[in-house]
Parts: sequence; structure tokens; C-alpha cells
Amino acid sequence: MNEYQKVMARRSQIMKAAIDVDYDAYEIQNIGFDYEKMMADAGYDLDAVRKIQWENGVGGTPLKELKNITALARKFAKPGYGARIFIKDEALNDSGSFKARRAALSCHHAKKMGFKGVITATSGNYGAAVASQAAKQGLKCIVVQECYDSKGIGQPEIIEKARACEAYGAEVIQLSVGPELFYTFLKLLEESGYFNASLYTPYAIQGIETLGVEIVEDALRVAGKLPKAVIVTNAGGGNLTGTARGIRKTTDKKIEIIAASVNLAGLHMASDVDFNRKSFTTGHTGFGMPFMTNPDRSDVPRSAARPLRYMDRYVTVNQGEVFFATEMLAALEGIERGPAGNTSLAAAFSLAREYPADEIIVVQETEYTGAGKHHQAQLDFAKKMGIEVRFGNPEEEIPGKSIVLPDSAGKIQARDYDLDRARKSLIRRATEGVGALTAKDLVFLAEEVNRDAEYVKAVLKELGKEWEER
Amino acid sequence: MIKKGSWVRIKKTVLRPEERAEHIPEETKKVQLIMWTKGYLLEDAEVGSTVKIKTPTGRIEEGVLLEENPAFRHDYGAFVQEILEIREIVKKELFGRE
Repeated sequence: MNEYQKVMARRSQIMKAAIDVDYDAYEIQNIGFDYEKMMADAGYDLDAVRKIQWENGVGGTPLKELKNITALARKFAKPGYGARIFIKDEALNDSGSFKARRAALSCHHAKKMGFKGVITATSGNYGAAVASQAAKQGLKCIVVQECYDSKGIGQPEIIEKARACEAYGAEVIQLSVGPELFYTFLKLLEESGYFNASLYTPYAIQGIETLGVEIVEDALRVAGKLPKAVIVTNAGGGNLTGTARGIRKTTDKKIEIIAASVNLAGLHMASDVDFNRKSFTTGHTGFGMPFMTNPDRSDVPRSAARPLRYMDRYVTVNQGEVFFATEMLAALEGIERGPAGNTSLAAAFSLAREYPADEIIVVQETEYTGAGKHHQAQLDFAKKMGIEVRFGNPEEEIPGKSIVLPDSAGKIQARDYDLDRARKSLIRRATEGVGALTAKDLVFLAEEVNRDAEYVKAVLKELGKEWEER
Repeated sequence: MIKKGSWVRIKKTVLRPEERAEHIPEETKKVQLIMWTKGYLLEDAEVGSTVKIKTPTGRIEEGVLLEENPAFRHDYGAFVQEILEIREIVKKELFGRE
């Protein structure tokens, strides 16, 4: 065994020492685990989370009505249609994104448990969020990010996030492309003894539940009614999971949870070549799809982010449409925000047309903007990487080859992804290599895909799997 | 010569091509996994030599010395004509031609 293989073999013991969750205690034969018990045992109820966040500069962001964007959407809707679009301006959290909610709770917990510092593996806003909260809560912080291709060409957005992490005093470890980032991460956990501030612990998900709560409360206060739908930019699934859980804890009424991702079909996330041929480093299908169908591929044994349990619908938008929406938000609403966070805005602009004009829908986040993390920086970078940028029908966009900006706002079109495909894929993966399934397995699978036992049995039958009735 | 105690950036090879994980694309497998980080230089050294640094969390890292006082130089990119055009499109479609 080489050094890499040795460290990977120690993986579970390293993880165990770095998160004080006894994951083994929740396992149920053969394939399931007690998700709700794991969440409850984390020991923070909504009021506790709110208090911790409020004391640390997080939460209570404004819900703003996008009147001009709504008016524009209605120009392309049938008469009487075009829901009012609201946006939760999460960029106003310390560190500039909703990720501060997850980080506040993770850092609070790390400190409570006596850890001297926190480590997180992320190229996204979560790095800056953890760095910011670590600074505030008096913890040391290491952020590990995938930033450059093997030639040393950096993604502008990720370089900006490295800058932000350093601004908050964190140590930033930057790596070239490759999933072996996890190896470096494990070695650092082992060396430092710090807390693994993973995006997928119960704390990181409970931290977002307050966002769901606030959306319900804000909508009732500002618009006097509940939203018909909440549109959530989806990558690792934590944002959607936490938001949906928070909404459910606040109201029994049905609010549609719609995931939105940037379509990066055809680009390989572990490719040194594809790495700089994409203009979005998060919120895209390259994370959204695999994490939805296999949530436990994350950096903890059992992920608390399980989006398929909560998702009513999944739509994709193209890169050109999100850049268009980003400029539209600045030009028509006077709100300049980072492009990746506007994925759900682009989707909402299209989806608003499906709802009557007296309904409201909520775009669930924004993120800060700055050098690199800006549509101009990204479009210029894409051109320099040889990507064709043009106007036309966004349907024609080919990720990694072209960015097609809509030549009319009316051409922004959220495209539905068939969730049945995802549900079947999850069931297939979860049961791979497992013999006869137990009744408990069936219950678990039904929860995982948010369907009944009959649905699960039908899929298992298709897969040629056997199960015990009782 | 860069003085001991200076704030510097280093680079090191984490995995050589033959040590890389099995199931990754060919183009990734044939290149090294490289790491970059920053810290205080522990001894006087020349650019290009192998050095040790103390990182902000107090760890010692070793690697090839790249530069002293590393700065962020990322920016808003060159002018992009298409952004002006998007602005024109949304304003015209919402408010009309005037």
C-alpha cells in the first residue's frame, strides 16, 4: 500500500475522531439508518439554532419583492398568470451567503465540544462562511479547496473565495483538480485534530432550517400569504433539505419545494480539462444529480442532506440563462449579486408564469458578488478558455463549448428533470450487492424517495430484487 | 534571497501520476496532484528551493518556494459587450423602446 491507500484505509477512524456523531448507532439492517433520530440527537431545536445564529451575525435577512422582474415575467405569461417573485437576500449574512447559517452552528458545536479548530473541504461560499464564523467564535480554521487545473490556471470564482477565507484569517490549502482532495483533507484532520465542519453533518443541515422558517414568516408578514413554491439552488442537497425541513416545522400547508441547478451535462467533475470549461463551480448538475441519488457519497458516513426526501420537482437552467438573470437583477432591481446564487432566480423567472398572478413564489437565496465572482469576470474567463459566447436560444447551449445568452427574457426556460429517474437510481444504488431486503429496508427506501411502499416494490421488481413482506 | 519570517507562497506535489486514484479521467490521472499554500518562511531561501513554512494555524508545511508577499490579482475581467446588450434587452422588453 502506498501512502495514499494507507490514509484512505484509515478513513473511518479519522472521520470518527473529527465529528462527535456516533453514526454506527443509527444503522438499521440491511441498508437503512434512523435519519430523524440522528437529527434529533444533534441536540439543537429551532429556537436554540436561531439564538446561536442571531448572536453570530447570521439570519434575519430581508425578503424582497422583485416587482420589475415580476412585471417582465408577466409579459411572457398568459393573462392572469405570473406569480409575484420574492427573493430572500441571503447575501446580507456575514460572509455573504446562506452558508453562514450552516457554519454558525458547526463552529458553535465544535467550540462546545472543545475542538481547537475547524476544517472544511469546499471550493464554495461555505469556506468563507466557516472562516468568518471561526474568526468570530475564536477557532482556528483550515479550508481545503480545489482551485486550479494542473497548469495552475485558477477558476476566478474560487480564487475570490480563497481571498475571502484568508481575509477572515483562515489557512487556505489549494489543490489542483481531483477527488483525492479528500486524501489531503483526511491527512489535515489527522494532523490537526480539528472538527470536521462538513456540509453534511446534522449541524450543517439544522443551521439551514431557520431559512425555511424565516421564508414562511417573512412571506406572511410581507405578502400576507404563504408561497406556492420555494425555488432552491441545488448542489450537495443540504440547502434544499434544511430549507424544506424548516418549512415543514413551521406550517402544515403544502409549499412546493423546487430544486434548480445549472445544467453542466457532459462535463466531468474530476476532469483536469473540463474544470475550467465551466462557468459555475457550484449549484450545478455535476453535484446536484449524484448527491441526490447517492447522498452518502459525501465526507461523512451518513449525510444529513437527503434532498430526494423533500424535492417536489427538479428543474435545470443553462449557464447563459443564469448570467442573463444576474444582469437582469442588477439592471431592473438594483441588486448586484453573485451569479451562482442566481440559479434559482433564473428558474423562478420561468416558473412564475405557471402560477396565477395573485400567488407568490420565493427565490430562496442570493450570494455576494466581487472580483472573480461576477458575471463579467466569468464570461470574460469563459471566452479566454475558448468557450463561444453568443445570443440565441439557450436550448442550443453545450456545456464546455458554448454559453448561449437568451436574446429575449421570454426565452429563459426551466427544464424539468424526471424525478422518477432519480428515485429509481437511488433505489438501485442503495440495494446494490444486497440480497433479500427486509421490511425495514422497504420503509427506509420509501422515506428516501418520498414515495409509498408500493412504489418501492414496483421499482425493486424492475430491478429483479427480492424482499420479505414481514 | 527571501528573508526568514517573510510571508510566502509554496507549492508541492501531493500525488505523482502513478499514485493517483484509480477511477478518475485519463487527463487527470496523467498529471500530478498539486497543492499551494501560504505561511511564514522559517529560514532564508531562494525562490525555487525546497523550504519549510509556518502556516496561520501553526502547522509546518514543506514545499517549493514560489514567491514573497503573494497578492490576489483576480479582477472583474475584460469588458464584455454582451452584458450591455442584456441590459438593453430587459429594459426594452419591460419599459418599451422609449
